[in-house]
Amino acid sequence: MNATERKPIEEIIQSLEGAETVFILGCKGCPIGCDTGGQPWVDELTGALEGAGKSVSGEALVDMICNKAVVGIKLGRAVLQLKQADAILVGSCGVGVQATGNIVARRAVPAMDTVCMGDYQGLFPSAERCAECGECMIAYTGGLCPITLCAKSLVNGTCGGTQDDGSCEVSPERPCGWQLIFERLEKLGRLEDLMRYAAAKDYRNRDITDANRRTIRWALEVSQEEEKEAEPIEK
Amino acid sequence: MSKLQERLAAGEFVVTGEIGPPKGTNIAPVLHEAEEYLKDTVVAVNVTDIQTAVMRNGSMALCHMLIDRGIEPVYQMVCRDRNRLALQSDLLSAAVLGIENVLSLTGDHVVMGDHQDAKPVYDLDSVGLLKAMTILEEGSDLGRDMKGNPNALDGAPTFFKGCCVTPCGANPEAQAIKLEKKVEAGAQFVQTQAVYDPKTFETFMKRVEHLDVPILVGIVMLKSAGMAKYMNRSVPGVQVPKNLIKLLSDAARGDREKVSTEICGNLISEMKDICQGAHLMTLGWDHCVPDIIEAAGL
Ligand code: SF4
Repeated sequence: MNATERKPIEEIIQSLEGAETVFILGCKGCPIGCDTGGQPWVDELTGALEGAGKSVSGEALVDMICNKAVVGIKLGRAVLQLKQADAILVGSCGVGVQATGNIVARRAVPAMDTVCMGDYQGLFPSAERCAECGECMIAYTGGLCPITLCAKSLVNGTCGGTQDDGSCEVSPERPCGWQLIFERLEKLGRLEDLMRYAAAKDYRNRDITDANRRTIRWALEVSQEEEKEAEPIEK
Repeated sequence: MSKLQERLAAGEFVVTGEIGPPKGTNIAPVLHEAEEYLKDTVVAVNVTDIQTAVMRNGSMALCHMLIDRGIEPVYQMVCRDRNRLALQSDLLSAAVLGIENVLSLTGDHVVMGDHQDAKPVYDLDSVGLLKAMTILEEGSDLGRDMKGNPNALDGAPTFFKGCCVTPCGANPEAQAIKLEKKVEAGAQFVQTQAVYDPKTFETFMKRVEHLDVPILVGIVMLKSAGMAKYMNRSVPGVQVPKNLIKLLSDAARGDREKVSTEICGNLISEMKDICQGAHLMTLGWDHCVPDIIEAAGL
């Protein structure tokens, strides 16, 4: 889930400068899950925009704006209203806003901020996080990720900032990741794992390789194109 | 070889001091303090590196100015603000400026300081930085050439490589293990976080006895009972015992400096047989250093 927060209405009005007529597009995926979107949000926003002297040419709620095929079909029914609009105000995460801008030839303006929940959390939102570092080292850290658990992403053990209650120097509510790792390894009888030197990370892994960019791992539509090309050869 | 390294190798009990660069360009007062009170009393003077993430003048410049004044510096380097290119480059720069002692530190997180919105770096950690120094000394660096071979330096530096440890923290065993790693990565001397409890320190020293590196016990001057209480609340790994707080709160305002100096002196004399030196962090009260050394009976 991509967590979102509503932007203040003043900020939205400001970012719509020059757009007299606006189309409102809301996502019914994650924003529903984190209680930021949905029909009440559309209604509230419509009122606010009209109050600010703008006109709303239409509105639509789409299950998942990141699914561009569905958005295309849904918006196909609103072509006229979209044509009238100077801008589309999108209530979704940043992915949805960009997807909208890539499908419709109109200014796509975000109505929400996507807030950090700390790296990839799996498709079912849970407490574990993965920083996609490309060199997984958690075989040696008790199965816990120091990149996401430690505030400084240290790879060679604790800093001097662990508080007496086991929290990190940055916040009493944040456990020290290396303290958690220590406790886990102690329980597993593997404290000697802490002695292993970990070289600094290779930051080339934090970018998408050209090879990956050409595959389904990068984007679904890439794989569709590849399949189209591949078919005749297989026959 | 630096004076600090020489004296420690000779088995002398060594005292180091510390100055913090100012926030601004007015460096005259801190240089005056160093010349007046530290030059003839301590072997080397640490220069802090953007301490507690509060933006200020740089450590390398001040280290260089100390050398000009005949004072040996310990160049503190934190991993918070520079990536591996900048860290290695600064190490080479320090070397050509005649800086030999370098202390590798993780560095307080930016949210502890006065630019909380800054991007924290931590490209290397304190162990990685020690390793980088070792590799530079061997005439290479952390990078690779097009063929995947180590890069060659045109002229290699030599350092006396130091690190820090928190002996009285929440998890001394985790600290001991990390210290073992630091020594393996090249650390040649250790300056500890503040110690107020000689018993706990002794236990820690026994735990790391097998490590062949000199350890200088960290002594932070307690300027008042309020400061001691603040440290107990807010400085991780530092516990000021109640009896010391009482000594400070019982002292009349005018006597505080004297009491504080005595506390430092007593702590050093209590621990001087179980470690190889003391690192004095006076937090601006550098004029007390000569008296602390006398009170310690050194
Ligand atoms: S206190 Fe723990 S989690 Fe926080 S920065 Fe230090 S090692 Fe990382």
